[in-house]
Parts: sequence; structure tokens; C-alpha cells
Amino acid sequence: MITPILFGLLLVVGFGFFGWNVMKVRSNIKLGRELDRKDNSGARWKTMILVAFGQQKMFARPIPALLHFAIYAAFVITQIELIEIVVDGLSSGHRTFADSLGGFYTFMISFIEILSVLALIATVIFLARRNLIKVPRLVMSEMKGWPKMDGNMILFMEIILVCCIFTMNGADVALHPGEYNFAISSLIGPALFGGMNPETLHVLEQIGWWGHIFMVFAFLNYLPYSKHFHILLAFPNTYYSNLEKKGKFTNMESVTKEVKLMMDPTADPFAAPAEGEATEPQRFGAKDVTDLTWKNLMDSYTCTECGRCTSSCPANITGKLLSPRKIMMDTRDRLVEVGDNKRKHGSDYDDGKSLLGDYITEEEIWACTSCNACVQECPVNIDPLSIIVDLRRYLVMEESKVPTELTGMLTNIENNGAPWQFSPTDRLNWKDEA
Amino acid sequence: MSVLNVPTMAEMMAKGESPDILFWVGCAGSFDDRAKKITKALVKILNECKVNFAVLGAEESCTGDPAKRAGNEFTFQMQAMMNIQVLDGYEVKKIVTACPHCFNTLKNEYPELGGKYEVIHHTQLLQELINQGQLKLKDGGTFKGKKITFHDPCYLGRANDVYEAPRDLIEKLDVELVEMKRCKTNGLCCGAGGAQMFKEAEKGNKEINVERTEEALESNPDIIATGCPFCNTMMTDGVKNFNKEDQVEVLDVAELIATAADL
Repeated sequence: MITPILFGLLLVVGFGFFGWNVMKVRSNIKLGRELDRKDNSGARWKTMILVAFGQQKMFARPIPALLHFAIYAAFVITQIELIEIVVDGLSSGHRTFADSLGGFYTFMISFIEILSVLALIATVIFLARRNLIKVPRLVMSEMKGWPKMDGNMILFMEIILVCCIFTMNGADVALHPGEYNFAISSLIGPALFGGMNPETLHVLEQIGWWGHIFMVFAFLNYLPYSKHFHILLAFPNTYYSNLEKKGKFTNMESVTKEVKLMMDPTADPFAAPAEGEATEPQRFGAKDVTDLTWKNLMDSYTCTECGRCTSSCPANITGKLLSPRKIMMDTRDRLVEVGDNKRKHGSDYDDGKSLLGDYITEEEIWACTSCNACVQECPVNIDPLSIIVDLRRYLVMEESKVPTELTGMLTNIENNGAPWQFSPTDRLNWKDEA
Repeated sequence: MSVLNVPTMAEMMAKGESPDILFWVGCAGSFDDRAKKITKALVKILNECKVNFAVLGAEESCTGDPAKRAGNEFTFQMQAMMNIQVLDGYEVKKIVTACPHCFNTLKNEYPELGGKYEVIHHTQLLQELINQGQLKLKDGGTFKGKKITFHDPCYLGRANDVYEAPRDLIEKLDVELVEMKRCKTNGLCCGAGGAQMFKEAEKGNKEINVERTEEALESNPDIIATGCPFCNTMMTDGVKNFNKEDQVEVLDVAELIATAADL
């Protein structure tokens, strides 16, 4: 009766550690500024079902979309088998559902097996795309080192996982000839394991079974450290998508207040702030991750570094430093650092670093044309543009650091109501020009 | 050349009249020599169709778009609030503009500051005028058989999901509309947006407008059509970069329609 205890322990540790990490991620995301995304739940559910569940935006690039869909479908359907594994593990049973489900059980396992083979093929192709074919967006400069290893590790884990499933099922089929009729392992079971003695087969079956569940927990606990967290966050992240037109930039309420004050001749500039109003004004724009909204921060954890944004970015295509993917990766890296600092040294700790400057340079954010290609491309509705704009806002409004030519443009708008030096009285001159 | 009839809001108000629609000319449309031609083409069409419109003239001011994209929310909101005061003073209900940047800002960013208007892009108005029979294109088509490709302005397309109005207009010209590889939702920016129009590009290995024009030229068009004065500048410069200005014209959809209507 040692097995159920061992298994129970694995469950508790596996889920416990994962839960602890998820809480850390959650508290990090909550370091962001407030933003109301609770409205319009009908449209939000629809977006989530289409974009996350249905992977609508992936299909803009059909080949990776189909390969990705194979892995996704296999992953989702395999969860059903996982239920049986958990029940078996806790009860020392063996294929608990086989008898009660009968033919449907065979169908289910066969279905999972076929999807697993497709997922295996897709995984191998994905490895090749990263390491042999070297698809440009997967091997760019920000993908060196850890991001590269991260991408490959997930794929290797998937291969091990699928191998475990087939070792488990194949050995089981060889062990009980004629009993199971699974689509794939009925073929490869006898071929690989036929003729082995029952004891060896039993050990193999156990290795497959334990290997599978162990990999599942390894995978689960790897997620919060990895770009692969997208498999979970894609759902809330698309639910909380921006439902407005992409061209609409957020209105800065804090500025509205100031501008209204300036334009109101009866306003008292020395009036004390109203009751309940924050006396310490919020920073304009964003210098660090804590100046961004919680949705920006959720975006950063959701990013799986596929690089569709960067490969469609006009600035990046023409050799500029800007890469929307790097903006997201930097935001996440900095957020993890800030979160760890706060847990280690208290919530007021300041390490003297910031997102803008130590991670993202001014050159990067000034290369953006605000064309929204990155926002359009992202399969999980991440919005790198809003981060770029908030970083610009900080630079311009807090530090008055504006590229020289833009200073001229801004002065012209303020002085003569046009970005160029023309007199407003000449606005209608075109009417009489030949 | 016939005289353009361009009443201002102030003149109309003095006469006790009010227009059905305000034509928001925009800074490019008012001051940029190339864009002024687009403005005039649109006015010719409006005059031909006897649209009861007016402009703000000297009372118009930058919407604040480039300031907002550059991160200067103060300048943007100052401009927006002054413009809203003027627009509300004239009780403006509906606005048409030939600039997608003005279009986006007026339509999406003014409401939260109190300026609520129905805002349309000029390609949408032109589509309406033709579909309702108010504007007739001459038979035999000036552009018959020509190859035209349409460059999607980011602030019209991706930013506001307007892809069909300009294409629908081009297709009425009895021409061959050829699409670039990157079009509609995947359209590549001309390089002017986000206040880039007013600064040098950051260090790179190519200008964005050259990349985009190269793509446009791959389809061997006679005309590159667009619907934004800034895209127009960028694409025109791009065509010059390839020394193709004698073979390929860069025209606004309004200019195509005005020519096709023999105006």
C-alpha cells in the first residue's frame, strides 16, 4: 500500500508547489495599476472562446497553426486520461474506467493515442523549425540563451511525455494480449515489446505510468518559470482583451484634470485636494513595471515568445532596435525581479533599476510607428503598443526627453495649431490656389 | 478651373444656416502642397454632389494626434479641448475627414473628453455618394484597364477596421485591383505613424517607406492608391527612391474618383 501514499504525496507536492508559484505570479500581476476590464462580459466570453479556445488568430499562418493545434488538442484531451491516472494512483487500481466505459474507453484512449502521435510529429517539426530550419523569428537576438533553451526544453518534455504514454499503453497491450484494442499501441505494443517476459513488461508499464505522471507534474511546475505559461494565461488574457478600436489610445484622466483646471478661468490653482483624493500625484506614464496596468503585466506572463509581433513590426523589419516581443520579455523579466525584491526586502525596497533604461532603451521606443501590427498579430491578444506609449509618456511628460525634431513639432502645435510652422490664418489658402 | 465653393462654419452661422457635415481638412490637407490637391479633389466632389458642408478654416487646429502618439498627453488634451469647444459651439454633429489620423482621434479619442460626433473617413462618404446615385462616374473610365494597388493606412485599417470602402471605390473604376502580399489586417505601415512623420527614423538598415514601396512595386501597378496624406508622402518618396515616378503615380482615392467623375 505504499503506492497510493507515494502517489498522494506526489499530488500534494506537485499541486502545492504549482499553487504557490501561481500565487506569486498573481501577486506580481497585482503590482500593476488599476484598469477596468469587467464590462461587457458577453463580448469577453466570445473573444476568449474564439481567440484562446478556438485559436482563431493562429490560423493567419496555417502551417504552424495546424501543428500547434495538434499539440493543443492532444494536451486538452489527454487531461481525461489523467483523471484515470489519478484515480488509479490513489486506489492502486489499473485502468479503473476500462470496464465501466467499455467500447467508449477504447475509443477515448485510441483518440488520445492518435492525437499524441500527431502531437509528436508536430513537436519534432517544431524542434526542427527552431534548431535546423532556424525560422527567423525563432532565432532572433532576444532568443539567445535562456529563451532558446526554454523553447527546446518544453518540446523535449513533450516528447518524453508521449514516449511514456506509448510505453505504458504498449507494454500493457503486450502484457494482456487481446484485452485492449487501442489504435496505436495495439500495433506498436507487440512490435516493440512482444516476446518480453511478463515481469519486464510490468516494469515497463510502471515506468511508463510513473514517468507520465511525473512528467505531468514536472511540466506543471515548470510552467510558472517558463514562457509556456501561455497555455493557462491565454484564457484570462483574451477574456480581458481590449475591446475598443485599436487606434484608440487610453485617455489620461490625471491630465484631463490638469487641463480642465488650466482652461477654467474660475479655477483656484491653490485649492486643497478634495476629500479622498490622492495627495501624492501618480507618475505620468510608465518608468517601471509598477507604473503599467495589471493587464500589461498579465500580457507579459502570457507571452510565449513566438515572435509574430516582431516579424510583422515595420521598425524591426527595417533593422531598427525595436522588437515588440522583447518589450514583453523585458516587462516580464523586470516584473519577476521587482516581485522577488518586494518579497525579500519588503514592499518599499528600491533596487535603483527600472524597466525603462535598464531593460528597454529610448531608442527602442522611439522607433515605433504605432501601426498596431504587433497587436493585430498576437494570437493571445497581447498589446505591446500600450506599454511603448506609456514609456513615451513618462519620458516626455516626466523627464522632458523628446527627440529634438519632435520638440519642434510639439512647439508648433502649441503655438500655431499645426505640427509645422504655418500660421493658422493661412489654413484656408488652398481654396484660392490654382 | 471652376471656383471651389468652400463655406466656413462662421460664414454659414452668420447667414443663419447650418451644414449637414463638417469637412475636417486637417493640417496636412491645409498646408502640405501634395495633400492640398487631395483636399481640393474632395471639395470638387462635394460641390458636384451639392453636399451641404462647411470647413472651420482658421478656426481649425491640429487634433493633437501626433502629440498624443509622441507621448505628450498635455498638448493633445489642450488641443482636443479647444477643438471640442469650437465644434460644440457650432453644434457640429457629423464630420468627414480625408486624414485617417484626424479620423481616428476625432472618432475614438474625443468622446472621453466630451466631444461626441459621428465621424467618417472620406472614402466612406464617397462610397455613400456613389451608392446613392449622387455621384456619377463617367462611362469609359479614365483608368480602364489600369493596375492599381491599395496601401492600407494603419489608422484607417487596423486601427479602425475600414478595409472595404476604399477598395470598393477603386473597383468601381473598371480597373484591376491588385493586392500586395501584406494587405488589409497584415498591411505594412508606410513609416509615418506614431509621430515618425516629424522625425528622422531610428538607426536601421532600411527606410520603412522604401520597404513598403518595394512591395507595392512588385505587383507592377500603374497607380499606388492610398487614403492618407502621410502615407501619400511616404509612398511618393518611396517611388522616387526607385526612380519610378514617371511610371507609377501615387494618388488618393478621392483624386481617383474626382478624375473618374471628370471633375
